[in-house]
Amino acid sequence: MEVAVFIVSAVVVLSGALGVLLARNPVHAALFLVQTLFGVAVLFVLLDATFLAAVQVMVYAGAIVILFLFVIMLLGVDRADDLGIEPIAGQRPLAAVVGMSLAGLLATVLLVAVDGLTGAPAGTPIGDAGDNTRRLGEALFTDMVFAVELTAILLTVAVVGAVALARRLSGPMQPLPVVAIAEVDDDPDEATGDDS
Amino acid sequence: MYLNQFLLLSAALFAIGVYGVLARRNGVLVLMSIELILNAVNINLVAFAAFGNQLAGEVFALFVIAVAAAEVGVGLAMILLLYRNRKSIDLTQIDLMRG
Amino acid sequence: MIAALTTPYVAWWALVPLITFAVAGFLLLTVASLVRRLPAVLAPAWTAVAGLGVLLYLVPMWSRVGRDGADSFLAGTVGVDRSSIFVTGILAVAVIAAALISRDYLPREDLPGVELYVLLLMSAAGGVVMASANDLIVLFLGLEILSIAVYVLAALHLRRIESQEAALKYFLLGAFSSAFLLYGIALVYGATGSTNMVRISAFLAQNVLVDDAMLLAGLGLLLVGLGFKVAVVPFHAWTPDVYQGAPTPVVAWMAAGVKAAGFAALMRVFVLTLGTYVSDWRPAFQVIAAATVLAGAVVAVVQTDVKRMLAYSSIVHAGFILVGLQAATDRGNSSVLAYLAVYAFLTVGSFAVVTVVSGTGDASHGLDAYRGMGRRHPALAGVFTVLLLGQAGIPFTGGFVVKLGVLAAAVDGGAYWLAGVAMLAAAVAAFVYLRLLVAMYLEEVPSGTETSGAVPLGALVVAVASAVIVLVVGLVPGPLLDLARDAVPVLVAG
Repeated sequence: MEVAVFIVSAVVVLSGALGVLLARNPVHAALFLVQTLFGVAVLFVLLDATFLAAVQVMVYAGAIVILFLFVIMLLGVDRADDLGIEPIAGQRPLAAVVGMSLAGLLATVLLVAVDGLTGAPAGTPIGDAGDNTRRLGEALFTDMVFAVELTAILLTVAVVGAVALARRLSGPMQPLPVVAIAEVDDDPDEATGDDS
Repeated sequence: MYLNQFLLLSAALFAIGVYGVLARRNGVLVLMSIELILNAVNINLVAFAAFGNQLAGEVFALFVIAVAAAEVGVGLAMILLLYRNRKSIDLTQIDLMRG
Repeated sequence: MIAALTTPYVAWWALVPLITFAVAGFLLLTVASLVRRLPAVLAPAWTAVAGLGVLLYLVPMWSRVGRDGADSFLAGTVGVDRSSIFVTGILAVAVIAAALISRDYLPREDLPGVELYVLLLMSAAGGVVMASANDLIVLFLGLEILSIAVYVLAALHLRRIESQEAALKYFLLGAFSSAFLLYGIALVYGATGSTNMVRISAFLAQNVLVDDAMLLAGLGLLLVGLGFKVAVVPFHAWTPDVYQGAPTPVVAWMAAGVKAAGFAALMRVFVLTLGTYVSDWRPAFQVIAAATVLAGAVVAVVQTDVKRMLAYSSIVHAGFILVGLQAATDRGNSSVLAYLAVYAFLTVGSFAVVTVVSGTGDASHGLDAYRGMGRRHPALAGVFTVLLLGQAGIPFTGGFVVKLGVLAAAVDGGAYWLAGVAMLAAAVAAFVYLRLLVAMYLEEVPSGTETSGAVPLGALVVAVASAVIVLVVGLVPGPLLDLARDAVPVLVAG
């Protein structure tokens, strides 16, 4: 049973990831991303990490992907990423080689290494499905309380940063270097995108 | 179930994400590919936590999600800002600076 | 059923630097959002005072740690030793310098200002966390606080599209490298069963892994992630573009502060935590160090933009620091710390001068802007000369002393070839600085260049103070070297 669940969710995760990779339309890519995130959430349940599964669905699939969708909408949906055009000559094959070799390397390493896996037994056990959330909460406010405080600073930085970047200045932009102006004007249909 | 399964799945997801970051031209899609890598990390962390029966991995995964949220927020703000001024988020057109 | 939680022991006295930076940032943010018109001088003054306060507080903290030994608290997630105090000091200096340089920069560029100082303080808090983390989770969070703040800082010249492009490039590559770092941490966690650095190092010291392939893979990914932050070859590609595009005061902070925090993290993770695997990672470090010094020096020579030139020169410096780090000895560590300290002064001083020369718009970074500077601005040119000679490592400057330190540490560890390569690179890199000096003193002022007016006070103070310190360290190196020697990084259990 568990193996079946694993296989199904693995297929969901990987096909979603391939979808993100290959979708021409950014909206589709975002939806494929949701698929992957859901698959990962199922894996979390399978591994008894129930609270994390809920967070994964609510924060990741819910909030983060919505953020992506908002921005895609703001930028204009029709702006498909044309996969037919090579960005830089040879970059895509190179990327494929890098990706494949990383996958191969990690797979080999993990396959040979797991037999020798000897974790230090010390540390809080994760508990069963019913107990897991309580233990996680306790860990967050005892052993990991400093990390929680740091997250507060991190999120403040992110908010301040996003607001600072979103600000519109009165007064002129600096003129672009000549090369760049020519490039922007080359693309009349891109320039007619939304201006708000 | 074996730990191997999860680690291999995570390695595959990681590689797909890396390919996406290197091959995509659209800034938003590159950011999505980075999210794939972070999910690969989380699968690893939770699997290690479950099979080693210790909580640290799950706690870490929680923080990874928080960091991912912060990164996405700032990254998308940056992409919007650039789009407002350049009318393009094509990374191959980000070329004002040359050595 | 409600069980009382036993909260961990907190050594508040050791958290003061972190809390000062963070709270100063929060307060500044609150005040700025409540008061409509702040006097322009308040934010930089506030930031500089916070940095100065931290710097002063480090003195009693230093002697306390010397007396009682290193401490670990908050359930073993934070450790305070003299190396973390030393790095915190460097960060405080960089914060003060960046705030002083920004004071005149923001009005000149007609940019709104408070966010820059808030983010500067927050990123300094992140750097302090990195320098004193005893847990990989905490280390990662510190790194992210630092990095996310700096990504935004790089974009803060809202009128220059180059600035925003640089920031996006930095952000995407930075997030990518953070993901590698995370995967590496996950693998190390899987192989050792803990994210606590003390437990990892104890575990590796007491056990021999039957199969350490996973640990080694994790180690490699960690190196990629941290190598990006400190900009060593082959993870340096972002540096010249980001340095060129980002606002110059921010570049000063990036070069001095971010690099110091990054190397502190590298030291804690590799030398302290994974020290038992030194024979596995040292060859990689040596190859990277050699490639970094050579590639950085060679490419720096052909640059025409002074900011890019300084970017490549910062890459060379990163390579030199790595030369000291790969020794993985006490001597190597202290040489790294001393190098970071002197390098911080060299770089904030240089970028202070670059800020002044760049003129309104932060745009003139060509060699032309420096031609004839010796006649137009004798004082500024003199200060810049000292800083450039220091960067080149000319005797009687601080740069020479610390370069000698890392080379000695490498030779001590038997890496003669690496020391040789580094010396060769230093000789090549000297041409870069020589070219700037020639432009300043021997070439004519190009016609049509207006003679710029008075030098702003903040940048001048930073440049002069840095030059003086670099000279003093060069003439009397004893005190700094003693401090660095005492700043031994240790991991203690909580």
